[in-house]
Amino acid sequence: MQRLLAAFTLIALTAVSCSPPPPSGEKRQEIRLNIHTDPPSLDPRKPADTTSSTVIRLCFDGLMRRNEQGRQAFGVAKSVNISEDGLTYTFTLRESVWSDGTAVTAKDFEDTWKTILSPNFPSEFASELYILKNGKRAKENTLGMDAIGVKALGDYVLQVDLEYPIPYFLDMLMTHYFFPVPSHIANKDPKWAQNGGDLYVSNGPYHLAEWKHYNSMVLLKNPSYWDSQSVILEKIDLYMIEDEMTELSMYENGDLEWIGSPLSSIPVDALGSLSTEKDFNHYQIAGTYFYIFNTEALPFTNKHIRRAFALSIHRQEIVENILQGGQTVATSIVPPSMWEERNSYFADADISLAKKEFEIGLKQLGITADKLPAIKLSYNTNSGHHKIAQAIKEQWSMALGIRVELENMEWKVFLDSVSNHKFQIARMGGIASYNDPIAILKDYQYANSRMNQCQWSNKKFAELIDLADHTKNTEERMKVLSEAQSILMDEMPVAPIYFYTGSYMKKPYVKSIAISNLSEIDLKYTYLEQK
Amino acid sequence: MTKFLIKKLSYLLFSLFVVATLTFFLMHAIPGDPFTQDKAIPEEILQAMFKHYGLDQPLYIQYIDYIKGLLSFDLGPSFKYQGRTVNEIIAEGFPVSLCLGVEALVFSVIAGITLGSIASFKYLKWQDHLTMTIAVLGISIPSFILATFMQYLLAMKLDLFPVARWGTFSQTVLPALSLAALPMAFIARLTRSNMIEVFQQDYVQTAKSKGLNSFQIVTRHVIRNALLPVVTFLGPLAAAILTGSFAVEKIFGIPGLGQWFVLSITNRDYTVIMGTTIFYSAILMFCVFVVDILYCFIDPRIKFQEVRGSHD
Repeated sequence: MQRLLAAFTLIALTAVSCSPPPPSGEKRQEIRLNIHTDPPSLDPRKPADTTSSTVIRLCFDGLMRRNEQGRQAFGVAKSVNISEDGLTYTFTLRESVWSDGTAVTAKDFEDTWKTILSPNFPSEFASELYILKNGKRAKENTLGMDAIGVKALGDYVLQVDLEYPIPYFLDMLMTHYFFPVPSHIANKDPKWAQNGGDLYVSNGPYHLAEWKHYNSMVLLKNPSYWDSQSVILEKIDLYMIEDEMTELSMYENGDLEWIGSPLSSIPVDALGSLSTEKDFNHYQIAGTYFYIFNTEALPFTNKHIRRAFALSIHRQEIVENILQGGQTVATSIVPPSMWEERNSYFADADISLAKKEFEIGLKQLGITADKLPAIKLSYNTNSGHHKIAQAIKEQWSMALGIRVELENMEWKVFLDSVSNHKFQIARMGGIASYNDPIAILKDYQYANSRMNQCQWSNKKFAELIDLADHTKNTEERMKVLSEAQSILMDEMPVAPIYFYTGSYMKKPYVKSIAISNLSEIDLKYTYLEQK
Repeated sequence: MTKFLIKKLSYLLFSLFVVATLTFFLMHAIPGDPFTQDKAIPEEILQAMFKHYGLDQPLYIQYIDYIKGLLSFDLGPSFKYQGRTVNEIIAEGFPVSLCLGVEALVFSVIAGITLGSIASFKYLKWQDHLTMTIAVLGISIPSFILATFMQYLLAMKLDLFPVARWGTFSQTVLPALSLAALPMAFIARLTRSNMIEVFQQDYVQTAKSKGLNSFQIVTRHVIRNALLPVVTFLGPLAAAILTGSFAVEKIFGIPGLGQWFVLSITNRDYTVIMGTTIFYSAILMFCVFVVDILYCFIDPRIKFQEVRGSHD
């Protein structure tokens, strides 16, 4: 069955990989965008931020890549064979070359992944590769590098062994975490990814010809890219303008063809008036804005109190009056763009139920509402977070008659106090790194994990996540994950508030800029239509 | 003279050492580290990052290592911008800020002294009122408001200059003007009040009664004495303006050094915080040092010893 499925996927992938050529015109195929800031690193093995990953995606190609329709398609790999137990993937690579003419081989992938997992290599996202067999143990230095589940069986065959049979592995391969680096360059010169130019050897649609730090980048079409006939843009100029108002002014002045999320953002104050313009677009992001409760701090040790707080938030009011950017009310933690079927576990602003829960909670804790000390709500200093916190403070005091103190902190001070559990309620938010509910749910599996800042734990929940990891059947697996999410939404260590959207402005003649719900932007198929 | 210079320089180096030490420990006292981010990373990966950058060592060892590096002018690697060194960051950002700063400085000094002189010659006449109104506006309007206003009017509406970015001369005009407004206004006021004061001095009256014309009086006797406080102001001003401004650089998208003072702290990029702070202090001290020497040439009454006595 698994083989059949793989074969079917393969046919589907090949079918969609051929796209019709776009209309050609006299307009020069050049585009200017703002990436907001200087990418912290363009070595695909190191950074975890959006800016770096955007530029890396333009310059590199992984085993898999999104096609023009945004769906999964083959990149450097041309076929894959998945074992019966779903644990072993054998990729056959196409014959492709790096921008210096050297062949891209299976060994490049093996070397890159092993380097990321080596104990001393400074990679911020190494845990994303823990799905490789023994990946975590190698990072922790309890097993050698040879034990890691990746091996080149010849120049063009790569065998990958996984820790458990995850169904979204091919999706993960589209992220830059799994992109190869040219070992013949990277091993020789540690500064290879520093400044672009000829030393920055890559294998993707574009080549980084020039990098003026904190100023601009010039990307040119890479003629040696295996799929260069699909690439129409000749040149991409990336600017690094931090100020959002300046970015908008440049767009209005015709100095930029495209602005906004996920590379930067459109100024919140301008959103209202811009949203009616024809250049304006928005898209759903697989990310949620939520509040977390410290389940080890009174009174949030009690489930009913947590529920009372979560249920008495009037999300619709926040989305309509404060955010105004097409965001949607969140009554589940997993966003609907990722999982349409299961997206509501409770009613928004269910005040009567909230009051009941509050009473039960207080009774169980043995205190009365008037004895309850003021609750502290913490967030990082930002006018948007502040407005939301103020609204929720009012909603809580109206619904439950409690006092709430707002506390805003500088970004890293805030993160520090949250990770050291010095908070009662804190603002959080996150975008999934791959398109599977487990990307979000897994953070809450263990109370002692750094990702689970609310310190909540539930034996059944942990077992279900573990079961999902080992369930091969997609339908069954989704059932298990759905049950896990119901437990999380019943216990409410987190109170979801809204699902993110991204807004951008685009000149009408710019076509085929692909943005995924994971906030990844790709310009491989982009072209400018003749006016 | 040599003795004076050596003594001055050793004070300067000692002050730099104190600045470096204080900054180092204060910076480590702020909560958070370079790798704190909203998506928390697992403990073992955090430890690997700490180890790679030597942050797993006790603080005093990190301090000794840092000072050792500093003595050989090695400011260390940036934690946030992996693979880049602080030396590189300064070497790339400083020339940009310097270029912009010199443009702004030249403009502010020339315009400031001219306006100030006009105002003092036409004391309490309409020219005086006009220039002083301009000066008050220059002092009270923050550079970022002026920058945004000029960007809107001169770049977007009148299309005389580019909206932002860095590379050509026309791109430097608006940011240089935004930076120059405040010091220009300050210099104008300073020049005016000093000139007025000097005009009333006995020696000017004597010169007048001896029959010198006003041009001679101004160039020989007035300007020289009236500009002393302006020169004092120029030291710190030059240090501030040459090392860049966060707001103006941000608004115009200029890859200068100014933004690093702020960004490095929000990023907890320890080595960049240290590097930029020490660099700024060094420039500031150097500028003040140069001003001290300049005094001796402008005002023959001041001897090297006196300078030391009055300013240490």
